[in-house]
Amino acid sequence: MYVAVKGGEAAINNAHRLMADRRRGDRNVPGLTIEQIAGQLALAVDRVMAEGSLYDPDLAAMAVRQARGDLIEAIFLLRAYRTTLPRFNNSTPIDTATMRIERRVSATYKDIPGGQLLGPTFDYTHRLIDPAMTEDGPVEPGHRRPVESDACAPRVTDILNGEGLIEPDVFSNAEPSDLTREPTEYPVDRDLRLQALARGDEGFLLALGYSTQRGYGRTHPFVGEIRIGMVDVEIDMPELGFAVTVGSVRVTECQMVSQFKGSAGVKPRFTRGYGLVFGHSERKAMAMSLVDRALRADEFDEQRLAPAQDEEFVLEHCDNVQSTGFVEHLKLPHYVDFQAELDLLRQLHEDTTTATIDDDQAPLSEAAQ
Amino acid sequence: MSSSIVPTKRKRMLDAFAACDPVLLSERYHALGDLPAAAPVRGPEIGMIMLRGRAGGGGAPFNLGEASVTRASVKLASGEVGHSLILGRNARKAQIVAHLDALAQRSEWAPRIEQDVVQPALAQRDAERKRQAEETEATRVDFFTMVRGED
Repeated sequence: MYVAVKGGEAAINNAHRLMADRRRGDRNVPGLTIEQIAGQLALAVDRVMAEGSLYDPDLAAMAVRQARGDLIEAIFLLRAYRTTLPRFNNSTPIDTATMRIERRVSATYKDIPGGQLLGPTFDYTHRLIDPAMTEDGPVEPGHRRPVESDACAPRVTDILNGEGLIEPDVFSNAEPSDLTREPTEYPVDRDLRLQALARGDEGFLLALGYSTQRGYGRTHPFVGEIRIGMVDVEIDMPELGFAVTVGSVRVTECQMVSQFKGSAGVKPRFTRGYGLVFGHSERKAMAMSLVDRALRADEFDEQRLAPAQDEEFVLEHCDNVQSTGFVEHLKLPHYVDFQAELDLLRQLHEDTTTATIDDDQAPLSEAAQ
Repeated sequence: MSSSIVPTKRKRMLDAFAACDPVLLSERYHALGDLPAAAPVRGPEIGMIMLRGRAGGGGAPFNLGEASVTRASVKLASGEVGHSLILGRNARKAQIVAHLDALAQRSEWAPRIEQDVVQPALAQRDAERKRQAEETEATRVDFFTMVRGED
């Protein structure tokens, strides 16, 4: 017999009202504006856009505010929002070689064409909490220095490729698969893995990337290049018969240069892992490139022994909305399930007790068996 | 179709509008004075586009993630149809861009739109890009070699 139980409506309403109150906090303190969040907590907003898989800084800032700073909750809100919108079109693939660079560093070459541009970075800071953060004191604008007109910054991988020392990009215009449209069937191709990793949880990918460095799927990586900046987004407009730029987005790209491989007929050359993420998200782009390389094990005849090399394990667990949904559902009422387990356990205890009593009463029967 | 003869010019204009700050665009649009009315054909409506990247930067395409966009199409009484598609959720900006796109197809409006809207939009865009580039440039590492030992 199944008995539906109702209740908790008033409790839920009051809980949500209390949540709204706690979210707002002390009313004597001014509320956060979307501009403040998007402008001053920009890296949190970038993470929400990347893992929410929707580029829209204002919406991501609203989600951060609504979620009280719980970024996974904010990502969930953004993912839910995106399901309500129609998809008009696909962009032509963005060209990171034409990026308007805000930061660009290479750990493989000191003197790269285009140079090392540190940009706004936490690197080389002392990681000491600045007492000035208690106040809203004046902040100097960045220094400016004229740019040489012929300054161009080719990708480091293209420089290596010029010497035949690294595996080249294999250009194609194949239609990529889309995990938001079709169920995933393993094994999958690199395009789908990159899509999953680009929206995957930063913490999960960071840990997996770290595990490859510690020997679980070792790839001996070097950061060929990290670049952050704005790229134009172009869309073919059937109405017009040509492509227009609809705006630009900030992305972070990481080219990880890994262990070289050779085979019969092919001279040894470096292999590569690739990371591309919405916003200013260096850690995530680096982690993504490490995991991308680890997941290419089959391409290089590497044994798949480590978690980071197991594509089904990585792809099925890197999505934090999926993960949080299943983990957090455990706190919802499981009264009936649990009752069934309880009944079973009580039955077992009862059986054992009866058996023990039987044993006591018939010691000889056991000996006879 | 007259529009397909000068796609470069039209593209340059639409690119400039898309990159333009909505406040500046609205200001320049209203400064044009009384404009021939445009009837909505489609939208403005909010949707998404799937942004794509390429594996390794130059390899096979993959789906990076979506971005919100707004699109609109309008028609002038004289028949010209204007279109817009811009990143973000700004219905008003999409309407303005579509209206300007339609107007710019008329020879009496094209020069004024070029001068009063496109030029200021490009100037603002270029100034902003220059500032950004110069701030980045100031963080360039200038390596120098330390002389060690004696001669």
